[in-house]
Amino acid sequence: MDLYAENILDHFQNPRNHGRLAAPSITVDDANPLCGDKLILDLMIENSHIKEIGFDGSGCAISQAAMSILTEEILHKSLADAENFSKDELYKLLGVAISPARVKCALLGYTLLKKAIILLKHQES
Amino acid sequence: MIDPHLIKKDFPILSRMIENKPLVYLDSASTSQKPQSVIDAITRYYSNSNANIHRAIYTIAQEADDAYEATRESVRAFINASSTEEIIFTRNTTEGINLVAYTWAEQNIHEGDIVIVSALEHHSNLIPWQQVAIKKNARLAVIPLSRDPETPYLLDMEWFKKYLIENSTSIKLIAITHASNVTGTINPIKEIASLVHAHSSAKILIDGAQSTAHLPIDVQDLDCDFFAFSSHKMLGPTGVGVLYAKKQLLEAMPPFLFGGDMIREVHQRDATWNDLPWKFEAGTQNIADVIAFKEAITYLTNLGMENVRQHDQKLIAYARAKLESIKNLKLHIPKNNMDMTGVISFAMNGIHPHDIAEIFNSENVCIRGGNHCAKPLMESISVPATARISFSVYNTEEDIDIAIEAIIKAKKIFNIS
Repeated sequence: MDLYAENILDHFQNPRNHGRLAAPSITVDDANPLCGDKLILDLMIENSHIKEIGFDGSGCAISQAAMSILTEEILHKSLADAENFSKDELYKLLGVAISPARVKCALLGYTLLKKAIILLKHQES
Repeated sequence: MIDPHLIKKDFPILSRMIENKPLVYLDSASTSQKPQSVIDAITRYYSNSNANIHRAIYTIAQEADDAYEATRESVRAFINASSTEEIIFTRNTTEGINLVAYTWAEQNIHEGDIVIVSALEHHSNLIPWQQVAIKKNARLAVIPLSRDPETPYLLDMEWFKKYLIENSTSIKLIAITHASNVTGTINPIKEIASLVHAHSSAKILIDGAQSTAHLPIDVQDLDCDFFAFSSHKMLGPTGVGVLYAKKQLLEAMPPFLFGGDMIREVHQRDATWNDLPWKFEAGTQNIADVIAFKEAITYLTNLGMENVRQHDQKLIAYARAKLESIKNLKLHIPKNNMDMTGVISFAMNGIHPHDIAEIFNSENVCIRGGNHCAKPLMESISVPATARISFSVYNTEEDIDIAIEAIIKAKKIFNIS
């Protein structure tokens, strides 16, 4: 099955940046009510850059691997870069075809990141 | 005895191939497939007799009317109601339950009263009662699952008896599922109804969505006050449900929806209501699907519900033995096959149910992964979700073998022993 490519399974079974941060600047969480995927994401911001990132959660391989891949990608990036990071770029990193039924799983972590950035901007202003 | 290989031939969708693999349908708890006779009845109605019912005097209107009312009689006989006046057509089980919540409960549930549900409810038999409780300032009590390791996934009947006796004057309604759509658990409805009627004046409503396709139903023997179910889970079309209620209750209840066909006399500023059951069927009904529903009942009746039950039991026993031998797989079903219908939930270490369902789909096996519209139940059995296979009359032991192969494939992909 193409969906469960080595990359996805590797991130699912050995997630990067897994675990909560001691002193996050912001924490966001969300769940996918249909299948029970859950994610909580911590960001620590310093000089408008993502200095530390951590997540915890449970759910399907796609939701958890996509979160892991995303954290690896955006760690140390500026908030502006994280804000500009697009869905298409995430899909490219996942490297597998995501069927319509699995879009919510694949984007759960992505929407969390976007939510965190909006909240951080509110905090600033 | 049922021969599912012969039955399969009556269901055109089951001969469909996708990427050279046969369709293996193990999601009948969600919706069942339809035999050719049901499909033909829909076409026949639209091709020959399409007309509105209860209105016109011309021939095809009379045919439509007769066919629509003939289904009502089939339903009555199928669940052994005493009269067709007690058979209300709805859109589905959910609408039947909401009908009771908006009419009977509106009149009969007051502040401080108690509505009891069980830990096994589908959201459709939970949310309406949550809303009634909130609106009326009433209490919602929940019969918990048994904590006895000998009776997992069964309701704690000792708790229920005690609670019923201690609160008998406040309890107004017990709304409970006949069979769980997650664990397959069959609740002891007859015992519950007899306790309720012996100790209180409360009414009992049964969610029959998961039982009518699996068990012989006799509403008089069960002695329930309300019984709601859906056509689409028992080989019939979608968009048709049934609410059975005892006649004296229906007579006292106000109408649910107002409009055409549910009235007797209409004046500019007031109106009176039609006789039962039409008092509860406002507006043009889902005529074609109601008419086709009769063919589904005929199909099940010809098989014989006792035989259907036996076939279900055979598949449960076969699947349980195979599933129990798989390492790192946990079944979420009662210990005793007789306590359940053909609905089997399971979970696997290291593979989320959604991924299990995805890998099953790659083998063209249709199963469900998720919380099955029963989130509180997921919490009480401490899992975020389960994978679920469910049976109908057309399922064979070979279908289960293919499902087992899909599980082995999933373990291989996820590298799990």
